[in-house]
Amino acid sequence: MEPIIHIENIHKHFGMVHALRGVSLDVHKGEVVVIIGPSGSGKSTLLRCINRLEEYDDGEIVVDNIPLDSAQNINTVRREIGMVFQSFNLFTHLTVMENLTLAQRVVRKRQKNESQKIALNLLAKVGISEKAQAYPVQLSGGQQQRVAIARALAMDPKIMLFDEPTSALDPEMIKEVLDVMLALTKEGMTMVVVSHEMGFAHAAANRMILMDEGQIIDEATPEKFFASSNERTKLFLSKVLHM
Amino acid sequence: MDGQPKLRPGGSKLTHIPGAGVIARVDPWWGLVILVAVLIVILVTAKADPFRNILLFVRHGIVITVFITAMAFMLTLLLGLIGGLGRLSRNRFIYGVATLYVEIVRGIPLLVQLIWWYFAFPVVIQTVGEWLNFSAMANYHANPIFTAIAAFTICYGAYMSEIYRAGIQSIPKGQMEAARSLGMTHFQSMRHVVLPQAFRVVLPPIGNEFIALLKDSSLVSVVAVADLTRRGREFMAVNFNPIEVWTMVALIYLVMTLFSARGVAWIEKKTHIEK
Repeated sequence: MEPIIHIENIHKHFGMVHALRGVSLDVHKGEVVVIIGPSGSGKSTLLRCINRLEEYDDGEIVVDNIPLDSAQNINTVRREIGMVFQSFNLFTHLTVMENLTLAQRVVRKRQKNESQKIALNLLAKVGISEKAQAYPVQLSGGQQQRVAIARALAMDPKIMLFDEPTSALDPEMIKEVLDVMLALTKEGMTMVVVSHEMGFAHAAANRMILMDEGQIIDEATPEKFFASSNERTKLFLSKVLHM
Repeated sequence: MDGQPKLRPGGSKLTHIPGAGVIARVDPWWGLVILVAVLIVILVTAKADPFRNILLFVRHGIVITVFITAMAFMLTLLLGLIGGLGRLSRNRFIYGVATLYVEIVRGIPLLVQLIWWYFAFPVVIQTVGEWLNFSAMANYHANPIFTAIAAFTICYGAYMSEIYRAGIQSIPKGQMEAARSLGMTHFQSMRHVVLPQAFRVVLPPIGNEFIALLKDSSLVSVVAVADLTRRGREFMAVNFNPIEVWTMVALIYLVMTLFSARGVAWIEKKTHIEK
């Protein structure tokens, strides 16, 4: 089966820093891949390359059979990929409802009524229907992140990317966001998640990846990964699991 | 902007002062506008000679001043936006042109610019016209009011470019990234996400520019445009009463600038979003 995301030998430099050193990765439809690794290991950069928020210097990325090479292709691919950020990035000047309907109307050319109906369904799904008319600042971090997930889902993406979605949240709000993500995996959504939530990884991931210094170090199913004999993996896991 | 997303329950209510009623929310500085307006009315009614005569004489000048200011300001908003986006452009040619424009215009006094457009620019056009044997250009004469509007627009557009640039740069990068990741183009993201937020940031400095422009419009009196200041000078030349004339002119400017300042404050309040 053709992978829905095909990454081949990607290189990326930030000035003198060689952030990605020849990363290759295939993700298949319906797969949930969790990427972990120390800060500066290039995991967020890799994720951001998939929808071309970050340009890469060398290599090839093909999403759903569309190569990321022209401006038009990049916009087409972005429509198929939902992205959730660490800092939520809700549009602060718009209400929750408007956050969910803006891109539907501008990009998907949906009518106002239709986009609002879709938005209300999604808000119900992430459990914050009552906040439709609120502004982002009036919401807690967990609520904002759930709105951000709903905003991405409103575009009917085939793939969802999560860039440390719970890192900016207070501990008691992490679960409400992870529950929404868990529900998404049950629906068969293809997901690439950068996160150190090991509980989530254990419950949801089909595959786990450890990155360090711009390379993929280890790659396995969660069962094998947590029991890995790779020294680098053991060391990193001992740190995140506080063992 | 996204610095404090973690509001505690009821946290957003903190910006509302408990018990603050409707009266407390009316901007008290309107009182100052009314005070100056009343002062003008008192002077005009209590001492009709010369104050009423001055007011009647400069009446048309007020219209000219307001017209030049309003036209130049609207054009400045547009030119400033173009200049500001140019200063942020990744295209080096566009960036270079925008930067050159801002640097040159900022470095020349407004009065000198005004005189140049009024006295030097027509000669340039006429000379080129004669050289090309093109009579429409050879017989070019500057329309004083339009020349003034153009000169103010070009000058204030440069300052406005920098205000827009600062405003756009103050919006966190994540806003643009979120918009782009939803499939919106750069233009759509600017139009629907970045600029509406940047506009709220730049509103106070833009209000400042409007008031500065209103006052600077008095410089056109030097190039024979019959604005408020020019009409005041003409009245004084006949009647030799500087105290009354310039007090009256000053009060008229003051009532206009104070009124504008309240207008800006009102728009600011209307478009404010709790942060």
